[in-house]
Amino acid sequence: MRKGLSCFAAMALCVALGTPVQAADTIKIGVQGAHSGDLASYGVPSLNAVKIVIDQTNARGGILGRKVEVIAQDDQCKPEMATNAATKLISDQSGVVVGPICTGPTTASLPIFNEAKIIVVSPTATAPSLTESGKHPLFFRTVAHDNAQAQLTSDFMLKKLKVKKVAYLHDNGEYGKGFTDNNRTMLEKAGVETVLFEAVSPDAVDFSAVVRKIRRLKPDIVVFGGYQPVASKLVQQMRRDRVKTPFIGPDGVKDETFLKMTGKDSEGVYASYPKDTSALPLYKEAREAHIKVYGSEPGFGYYNAYAAAQCLLAAIEKTGGIDTVKLQDALRSTMVDTPLGKISFNAKGDASGMALSIYQVQNGKFVELDHSLTLQ
Amino acid sequence: MDIQFFIELFFGGLTRGSIYALIALGYTLVYGIIELINFAHGEVYMLGAFTALLVAGVLGIYGFPFGGILIVATLAAIVWCAAYGYTLEKVAYKPLRGAPRLSPLISAIGMSIFLQNYVLLAQTSDFVPFPNLLPEMPFLDSIEVLSPSNFLILLVSTLAMVALTVFIRHTRMGKAMRATAQNRKMALLLGINADKIISLTFIIGSSLAALGGVLIASHMQVINYNIGFLAGLKAFTAAVLGGIGSIPGAMVGGLVLGLAESFATGYFSGNYEDILAFGILILILIFRPDGILGKAKVQKV
Repeated sequence: MRKGLSCFAAMALCVALGTPVQAADTIKIGVQGAHSGDLASYGVPSLNAVKIVIDQTNARGGILGRKVEVIAQDDQCKPEMATNAATKLISDQSGVVVGPICTGPTTASLPIFNEAKIIVVSPTATAPSLTESGKHPLFFRTVAHDNAQAQLTSDFMLKKLKVKKVAYLHDNGEYGKGFTDNNRTMLEKAGVETVLFEAVSPDAVDFSAVVRKIRRLKPDIVVFGGYQPVASKLVQQMRRDRVKTPFIGPDGVKDETFLKMTGKDSEGVYASYPKDTSALPLYKEAREAHIKVYGSEPGFGYYNAYAAAQCLLAAIEKTGGIDTVKLQDALRSTMVDTPLGKISFNAKGDASGMALSIYQVQNGKFVELDHSLTLQ
Repeated sequence: MDIQFFIELFFGGLTRGSIYALIALGYTLVYGIIELINFAHGEVYMLGAFTALLVAGVLGIYGFPFGGILIVATLAAIVWCAAYGYTLEKVAYKPLRGAPRLSPLISAIGMSIFLQNYVLLAQTSDFVPFPNLLPEMPFLDSIEVLSPSNFLILLVSTLAMVALTVFIRHTRMGKAMRATAQNRKMALLLGINADKIISLTFIIGSSLAALGGVLIASHMQVINYNIGFLAGLKAFTAAVLGGIGSIPGAMVGGLVLGLAESFATGYFSGNYEDILAFGILILILIFRPDGILGKAKVQKV
């Protein structure tokens, strides 16, 4: 299975020689992510999700007559720790991996997993290039990549809002600028005029110049790329200067803090976000399992990791073992029932079947509108 | 050329510039007296915003009227930050007086990091909303170019700068400050208590920064522990631009910087806002190394 790689083979041999026989009988799922440090809140829920799925599987007697085991490796969302974590997961004989959580570590670890021919399913890494570049054939993810959001928002603006002139503002970060760039490309293709495209300095003491500019240019909508703190400041300053232009942003804007920060100024703001699946029975089951085991509501990426573990186990069960090529095919061809809906993966590795929706602030709450995009 | 837009940008720039000027005054006052760049000054501005937020929160519970809250919160922020400024000087700079010039500089950077992390831990790492305390000003609606917060910032900072100028020019304390700035040894010989003057400088500088903090917080309505960093850096730029050590220089520097940023964003692009600010600084330093209003001095390294 890992024959192309003498050093890993040697390592695997050492581990195999030194380990009791029954250990080889378990199926090992590696989990890589931030399990400690500043960003632990992004990674721990995923680890919890995999543990819960595996406990449930083992309680049913495991799969293929074998028990499943978790091997966790902490990368703290730091690329420099990620390569080490990945190497350790391989030497501990993980058959498949759920993770990494952040984009940086994912980019750093993928070549290592790729060389060892290990399938990786990230629950949260959203950088488009991970799947779009075609460099990582063994990489899959159970989260929409960033371009999907722009697809949805540009479609919404064209069809529902029928915009003609658009102003784009972003925070100069990869995530924010990517979102506005993609919207611009798609809207310009449809003949929408760009009246303004520029960055705002996130820490500036005042946004009035750019707000005045928007007021003068009178766009039909402001497309903002970035996170909620800058969005709150911009929206408030716009409304205070009596600029009533609609405002749309990516999922970084759909946050309770945004509502708290802006109060009534946020009324009418649009944002894209994964479709609300909380009515699905599996979603409820996953949530209750977390509350039962950990005594709290699940955190960031929990349901995505839950889905990732389910898809991997389903594929292993279907193919009867851990054979990378067969698993790849199985992941692409099997529809799996998850808390996020019925999903499988496309040729690039992105989950198909998941959906994103447009939300709008109405009476101080984000309300899901009837406009969504199902990933193919 | 759209004259209305020009005027809007002009007032936007003045607003921004007067905040930079308020903070820049703190840098320049301290530099004028002890030739120290007080890098923790931006943090005092941030503390001012947080103090006002806390006080406003408490008063809000007791149902004070909004205008009253703003005044009480501002005064509390000024007193609190003045105390911080005083303590800062006693703890971080006074023990190092007479030490090589790099030592207090490092101490200043240390204090800046300390204060940021202190607020991070004692308060929160999140962005927090700052209540809108400004009174309604219907008479501004007809002018259109000024929002209430812009108007308030311009008004308050102008008053503060006038008061400072009067204080420095026409009071005994002000005279003592100028004397100490000119020659500390000579001032000591003439019976001026230099320690007291230095403390006073920190108190005045910190009060102005606190005022700036409250004004900007009620303008942006969002604050976090890190707002002092870029604001401090920009204000420092303004101080150097105007000629560090010179009080009118700090005011002019702040306004020039604010106007330049506003026009750059308005007529070119917001992408170049920061680049332009620091570009101007470099140009001025090449052609006028002592700043716009700075006096050339014999280097005493």
